[in-house]
Amino acid sequence: MGRYVLRRLLQLIPVFFGTTFLIYYLVWAVPGDPFAGKCGERPCPQSYVDFMTEKFNLDKPIIVQYGTYMKNLLQGDFGQTFGGRQISDLISDAYPNTIKLAIVALIIEAVIGLTAGVLTGLRRNGFLDNLVLVSTLFMIALPIFVLGFLLQKWLGVDLGIVKPTVSNPPSFGELLMPGFVLGSASMAYIARLARTSIAENRRSDYVRTAIAKGLPMKRVVGVHLLRNSLIPVVTYLGTDLGALMGGAIVTEGIFNINGIGRQVYRAIVTKEGATVVSIVVILVLVYLLSNLLVDLLYAALDPRIRYE
Amino acid sequence: MSEPMPPSLVTSPPSSDPTVGNALEADAQEKRSHDKPRGLLGDAWRDLRRKPLFWISAALIVLFVLMAAMPFLFTSASPSDGVLSRSRVGPSADAWFGYDVQGRDVYARVIYGARASIVVSLASTLGTVLFGGMMGVIAGYRGGWVDGLVSRLGEVFSGIPFVLGAIVILFTFNGPGSNRGPWAIMAIVVASLVVLTWPVSMRIMRSSVLAVRDADYVVAARAMGAGPGRIIFKHLIPNCLAPLLVYSTILIGSFVGAEATLSFLGVGLRTPVVSWGIMINEAQNYIRVSPFLLFFPSAFLVTAVLAFVMLGEAVREALDPKLR
Amino acid sequence: MRVSKRAGVVALTTAVALVAAGCSGSDDSDTGKGSGDTANGAITIDGTQPEVGLIPANTTETGGGKIVDFLWTGLVQYPNDGGAPKNAVAQEIKTTDSKVYTIKIKPDTKFHDGTVVKAKNFVDAWNWAAYSPNGAQNGSFFSDIAGFADVHTEDPDGDGPKKAPEPKAKTMSGLKVVDDTTFEVTLNAPFSIFPTKLGYSAFMPLPDAFFSQTPEEFGKKPIGNGPVKFVSWQDNVEVKLTRFDDYNLDDKVKIKDVTVKMYQEDTAAYNDLVSGTLDFQQQVPVSSLAGDKWKADLGDRAIEAQIPVMQILGIPIYDKRFQNANLRKAISLSINRQEIADKIFFNTRKAATSWSSPLAPGHTDNDCTVCKFDPAAAKAALQAAGGFTGELVLYYNADASHKEWMEATAQSIKTNLGINVRAEGIPTFAVFRQTINDHKMKGIYRAGWQQDYPDVENWIGPLYVTGGSSNDGLFSNGQVDKLYKEGTAAPSVDEAHAKFADATKIIDQEVPAIPMFEVTQQSGVSDRVTGVKTTNVGEIDLSSVQLK
Repeated sequence: MGRYVLRRLLQLIPVFFGTTFLIYYLVWAVPGDPFAGKCGERPCPQSYVDFMTEKFNLDKPIIVQYGTYMKNLLQGDFGQTFGGRQISDLISDAYPNTIKLAIVALIIEAVIGLTAGVLTGLRRNGFLDNLVLVSTLFMIALPIFVLGFLLQKWLGVDLGIVKPTVSNPPSFGELLMPGFVLGSASMAYIARLARTSIAENRRSDYVRTAIAKGLPMKRVVGVHLLRNSLIPVVTYLGTDLGALMGGAIVTEGIFNINGIGRQVYRAIVTKEGATVVSIVVILVLVYLLSNLLVDLLYAALDPRIRYE
Repeated sequence: MSEPMPPSLVTSPPSSDPTVGNALEADAQEKRSHDKPRGLLGDAWRDLRRKPLFWISAALIVLFVLMAAMPFLFTSASPSDGVLSRSRVGPSADAWFGYDVQGRDVYARVIYGARASIVVSLASTLGTVLFGGMMGVIAGYRGGWVDGLVSRLGEVFSGIPFVLGAIVILFTFNGPGSNRGPWAIMAIVVASLVVLTWPVSMRIMRSSVLAVRDADYVVAARAMGAGPGRIIFKHLIPNCLAPLLVYSTILIGSFVGAEATLSFLGVGLRTPVVSWGIMINEAQNYIRVSPFLLFFPSAFLVTAVLAFVMLGEAVREALDPKLR
Repeated sequence: MRVSKRAGVVALTTAVALVAAGCSGSDDSDTGKGSGDTANGAITIDGTQPEVGLIPANTTETGGGKIVDFLWTGLVQYPNDGGAPKNAVAQEIKTTDSKVYTIKIKPDTKFHDGTVVKAKNFVDAWNWAAYSPNGAQNGSFFSDIAGFADVHTEDPDGDGPKKAPEPKAKTMSGLKVVDDTTFEVTLNAPFSIFPTKLGYSAFMPLPDAFFSQTPEEFGKKPIGNGPVKFVSWQDNVEVKLTRFDDYNLDDKVKIKDVTVKMYQEDTAAYNDLVSGTLDFQQQVPVSSLAGDKWKADLGDRAIEAQIPVMQILGIPIYDKRFQNANLRKAISLSINRQEIADKIFFNTRKAATSWSSPLAPGHTDNDCTVCKFDPAAAKAALQAAGGFTGELVLYYNADASHKEWMEATAQSIKTNLGINVRAEGIPTFAVFRQTINDHKMKGIYRAGWQQDYPDVENWIGPLYVTGGSSNDGLFSNGQVDKLYKEGTAAPSVDEAHAKFADATKIIDQEVPAIPMFEVTQQSGVSDRVTGVKTTNVGEIDLSSVQLK
């Protein structure tokens, strides 16, 4: 077990370099001159373009640019945005908010999704089952913008229960509404995955045995059934955490949350390689660690799975 | 006895596991040359025929496929020519679903939008599920360095922000001014969606394979000399398909939205090609005054996804040995 | 120019709801809500994160440009209603030949650090901006001044390995400090409109403190000479400003504190405005304009103002297909601007009827005869041009809300000319602009123009004169060039305007671009404030704000 974790951690190193280079390359491959659009409806003075090109090494081959960036990064220097802002500041400002939002969303989607999944899995094809299916599908079909807009308008403006936008840094309470909006698209997956596993495992021998032994239903479901049905759900949640953090662009915009989604998008469009890579690298690390955690959870959830 | 069941209780005895029975039977049948096989698929089909859920969803899907293939059967109005003077006129006898902001017939657009929406989302889902699922089976079954390689590769790909990957891939193959036909663009869109989303399928499949790879029936099959290919296709996949299948039917809905995002960024489908996702996006600014613009394409999308989910459900129940 | 950048930046903020800067909310509990005490009052207004440090000559986008406008006061100021400029820091600007200008400034205005604004602060600032190794975005604004070529050199091979040669001089020979309050500007050639340009932010003075630190450091804690001074800047969250009590020009502010709160999304700002946590939003979002919802939401807190911005369709005249003036005329005549303004913009834009904004001095009403909608004349012109073969594509940048009106325009041309037309989005403003800069556009494209300074000259020189800084379609007409030159060299502004009007008549025949809409701005205020007016470019006029 210890060796397994160690080996996984060592594998982080090639993934780290692979991902950073790949992303650096992709940003470099985004078409367009980063300074062509900076001066509005007229070309920027060539002197400005020259100045910026030289300052950010953009006239060098991609491999040299990447090497320089890596060298600085390993010394703890993330570099600067084109606007002259320290990327490390940007990360330390935005990441805590993003992580908070992603965790709130993850908890909300897990709680609602699992509850719905267990209820519908135990009583398949009933009214509740169909209701959950249709309503979660609607959440997928509607763009996140619509749900966010409607909730903000209704709860924030019309009823005035919450503030329409969050303060900085946002409190967990303020993030409930944005978290619900962000997690809404994933609820359908979790509810369905949980429902299927529950339905399947409900007929398995160990559940039959547990019931036969006369264990109370609560215990059968809570301990035996749920635990053995969690694997697909936990897998999905593990992959979703990264997606929630990197993909919150629209939600961050609606509720004016100072997070990384917007920063990444802005940096991609303006071809700020260093900014994109610096932010995404952390995202990838979160991804790697959450997947590792999920893999370890498998062993805890299912005694049949072992890591040597 | 609050301990979880020991492994011997968890895995079913061979007699109660139809897969193994089927496999044995199929083995025997193969030797007996090709009789009418009453294998997995035959059983499944007999099972399916009895389910109303299957017939309802199949009928809906046939309807949507017909819409995608021959939209002109359903409407004579043009989906792309607008008359601005009837901008945002609500539903009426002339135009059942009203007109959009450009004065185009929403009903005609929803009908014509079925093609791009269904083709792109279905093909992307198939691609993701086949590729990601296969990778997941291989990673989960082989373990060791293969698992490490596939899993880490998956993590690299999940690390790429969707917008970044999509802009770069699509810009390279579908930049402005490149005069590709709608089908070529759809193929590129599908390919980029698959490239950017396969890791989730991989992880889900891998987790299910991990859970059953040492089950008694797999060990038994191996002991009887079955090769990896046979074990994977006859034992692992049928037993592990459920979570991935559930995930993929819903994924169809998400891909309709993803396709629209790409179009909105200017790297996806182009006018005059229309899709439900594009319509939903276009309706956003008018949500306060003309909500019907949002309602109709969303309703079609939900219905289509519902049909696929129900079909997936029916098929899965028929296929899944554990649910018999 | 800030203007145009607006097109880019707005782009980023609206449409896909994806781009722009970062942002989060600040707690408004300290804004002194409910107090009628204007002198100690505080307001919160909306903004976007400035892209770069706040240095006037290096700021071309709206987010930073707005704050720069608050922090600095120039030699001249433009009245809110758009008329001719009035002296601000300048006492008087004199010339006899429109070539040599003697500028005398008021002796007792101060920077926020307490130092007096002297003639040398202007001269040093302009020299810094023009000196090419400093890489200022507004560097080319000084190209009129004698000696510019000596301080401003360019990389001979673009992004290639060669470096730009070191400029011969560090200061422009055309700038001379006479004494503490007087300096003299000599231009390369006579230019009658030069004094009007001086209110643009590139021409602001810089304090001595600027030159004793790096521009980056200064840009994070700017020191200006305007009615409010800088307090603090929390990236993506807010910039705080406060009243500068030593300010002694006309546009003193009455309130005390101003917080510019950064938003990523105009819908978020709007909901804050409606629920009362924001005191001013410069432009309400499209979703609230539809069906005039914003008027219902805001009532008498809604403010509508025309701004000197026009939406234009650019034509790549370098493309053979578009070299026939009759074809260009046919396209322009076939567009039903009024209907698009009505259905797509809910009448928040007006169909263009002339080649310049009505807010520009020297503007002539209805001087665009090809701006009317006349399908019959359009068809006739198309026939005269010999028809159009192939597909006409209208390009727009997909990162802003241009899709709707460009599609409607395409449909209008298609319906009325009977040719094959469609609209296509280009993903980012950078790629869009680069394609235009490189003269590689394969069809008609959207453009937007906000005047840099109020004069009809700004609607002709940069756009339609050979070699103009934004003459992207490479239109070239000898007569237009000649009349424009005569205009800029004219001894008086009135005579200049007459020449410009003549030039416009030829432009109207040649149709080098297609004017589409005049832009109006829809702003909103909270119920705490009163008397709010907007400036000539649509920003809030801080001096007008009072608390109820």
